[in-house]
Amino acid sequence: MVALQTRRAAPPVHRRRRSPDTVRQRRAGVLFSAPAVLVILLFLVAPMLMALWVSLLHWDGQSNPFSGSARFVGGANYSELLGHDGLLRRDFATSVRNTLYYVLLDVPLVTVLSFGLALVVNQRILRGRGFFRTVFYFPSITSSVAIGVTFLFLFQGGGAVNAILSLVGVQGPSWFTDSRGLVQIVLAGTGLVDPGHLPGWLAAQGMGLSVWDWLAGPSVAMCAIIALTVWSSSGTFMLFFLSGLQNIPVQVEEAALVDGASTWQRFRGVTLPLMRRSTVLVVTLALIGSWQVFDQVYVMSQGSPGKTTLTPAYLSYTTSFGDGNFGGGAAIAFVLFAIIVLFTAVQRWFGRERS
Amino acid sequence: MKALIAAGAAAVLLLAGCGSGYDSAKSDGGSDKPITIMFGSSGEAETGAVKAAAAAWQKRTGHQVRVVPAQNLTQQLTQGFAGGTPPDIFYTDPTMLQQYADGGSLYPYGDQLPKSTVDDFYPALRQAYTYQGKLYCAPKDLNTHALVINTDMWKAAGLTEKDYPKTWADLTKVATRLTTKDHVGLTVGGDHNTVGSFMLAAGGWFVNEDNTKVTANSPANLAALKYLQGNVQRKVFATPKSLDAQNPGEAFGKGKAAMDVDGGWVEGQLKSDYPNVHWTAVELPAGPKGRGTTVFSNCWGIAAKSPNKKLAVDLVKSLVAPGQQKAFMNAFGVIPSRQSLGTWAKQTDPKLTAVVDGVEYARGTVSIPGFTSVLADFDTQLEKLFTGGTSPQAALDTLQRNGDDAVKQK
Repeated sequence: MVALQTRRAAPPVHRRRRSPDTVRQRRAGVLFSAPAVLVILLFLVAPMLMALWVSLLHWDGQSNPFSGSARFVGGANYSELLGHDGLLRRDFATSVRNTLYYVLLDVPLVTVLSFGLALVVNQRILRGRGFFRTVFYFPSITSSVAIGVTFLFLFQGGGAVNAILSLVGVQGPSWFTDSRGLVQIVLAGTGLVDPGHLPGWLAAQGMGLSVWDWLAGPSVAMCAIIALTVWSSSGTFMLFFLSGLQNIPVQVEEAALVDGASTWQRFRGVTLPLMRRSTVLVVTLALIGSWQVFDQVYVMSQGSPGKTTLTPAYLSYTTSFGDGNFGGGAAIAFVLFAIIVLFTAVQRWFGRERS
Repeated sequence: MKALIAAGAAAVLLLAGCGSGYDSAKSDGGSDKPITIMFGSSGEAETGAVKAAAAAWQKRTGHQVRVVPAQNLTQQLTQGFAGGTPPDIFYTDPTMLQQYADGGSLYPYGDQLPKSTVDDFYPALRQAYTYQGKLYCAPKDLNTHALVINTDMWKAAGLTEKDYPKTWADLTKVATRLTTKDHVGLTVGGDHNTVGSFMLAAGGWFVNEDNTKVTANSPANLAALKYLQGNVQRKVFATPKSLDAQNPGEAFGKGKAAMDVDGGWVEGQLKSDYPNVHWTAVELPAGPKGRGTTVFSNCWGIAAKSPNKKLAVDLVKSLVAPGQQKAFMNAFGVIPSRQSLGTWAKQTDPKLTAVVDGVEYARGTVSIPGFTSVLADFDTQLEKLFTGGTSPQAALDTLQRNGDDAVKQK
């Protein structure tokens, strides 16, 4: 509004006249961007609006949702999902809980790992830099289904991971069968809490889950999936960090060197502050990606053991295609959308440039 | 922004317009479009057999048939239904029957089949595909749970054919005897399917006769769960997961269990992955209320929106004909859905005798829309039950509550 008023108040002599050239350039600009805009409208915006419409219907997926044959139910799918104490809400709460733990582990780990990888391959003295860059990036271009199956073999009870653990005398867990969370395992293992007789505040319910279940922590199966995504997505994020590192002017580094700063001081005082933008970008993307996990779950666990690897995206799929409740499935997708926006907003507020 | 929404809305209308093309098509009789068969294939053998059957019909009638093996049948079918262009003929099963019938996607053609054909289908199969008094779908095959036994381990434990368990008490006894430090006596898939067969033997089940009421927390079901849980706790039964296997067939094939409650499909698995295992299969032992087992099957569904329903029915008639069912069994081992072929099937594959015999007292899977996630949740409860995280009564109560909810929302 402010900008508008200033412009209006400005004397007319200052108004730039459009030459025929600018008009032509503008037209060309619109023309060149038109195909991309059209594609986005048709394949991104339109399906989103369609899904929004579906989330307001009682639609079984067997008719055209725009022909009027599906009953319009308004916000009923949303109130069923969030307000009715049933299986769907309990499943949704479970999937949100799982994802919260997923975010808590995945985002910091992948950020630190990919930053570290970027630092390593950015060193001028490193031999075979190109080779390492390719190797680190490789998981990102490999099919997530193939990686999922491979990890499934690694984490089998008699798989490679447990074989290595047994070398150092550790009895590995059976990764994909224990439905307890890590926190539960520790608390029950140390005898602090007896799962058979929960104290009152731990047994209290919220969204259909007890506090004990909310605080469960990620299951070992979920940890395996987190390890997988950290490993497979670190390559892409490494590239973001790498381009950030290469944007740091050499003069700044050299100036710090001349000032007698140690390696750690240079990292802490020069590199890190200058990498703020890259870090914000990576954290944002990792955060959004965490809420959309689907293929790993679809391939590896289908939500088991004990629904500890159920994610909102996978729940949306099974609700739609398994139960034929496409309205409910679409509603999950939009609540998920709201959650992602909320988290990203909070995270951007924390990561904003402070003067 | 306004322009954006307007453009989006226009695109939506455009797409919706595309999708409704079939609504106005001729509803019956003669379209020249080829007939499409979509099915979830178990592999090359099945795909080849269906293609051969379709080719034979095509040669006889001169009408073209397209055979499409699906990657993900449920998903691809839904896409077809929603877009108004479903395949004319497709595999489906009792779990989806009500959902598709309620949605008006399934064409109930049972009354167009000859009475002799319908009467020849096993009653359990007929019942599984009958909804609101109409036979919707012609069953194409069947499978039931049987008790699969590793004969080498059986002999090693000093047991003979006379010891094949007749009752649950017998089963506990032989399982205990067969349990060694290398393997357990019996592996039971800790999911609703296997547990369901035990529920039937105890006189219980998930729902009532006509799939309208949930009957989960009955004393009979409780008895079944307690029986299984007790034996798991005594470590003579074990779930495949606790034996580090994906499914019971794998645990059995790897020699981690001497017996396995499994369907006839285990034969294919054992043949290809564990050819050195010697095995036999007997009927499941009787529970407190006699014998019980679950029947699994697929049927030939016909889309209500198919422009070629008459031809499709004719094609299905040829697909369920005795000669064709024999050809299917010879090609990929599925048991025919016709009673008149029972004896032939047992002679062709004697190892599946118990599986075929089971269908006499078997019951089909639950067919209530929304039950997929209810049963998935029950699987989670069972997982907890067998690892000591919950009690049989609590698991059944949760199932009852979720099931009631699903029935209410229908």
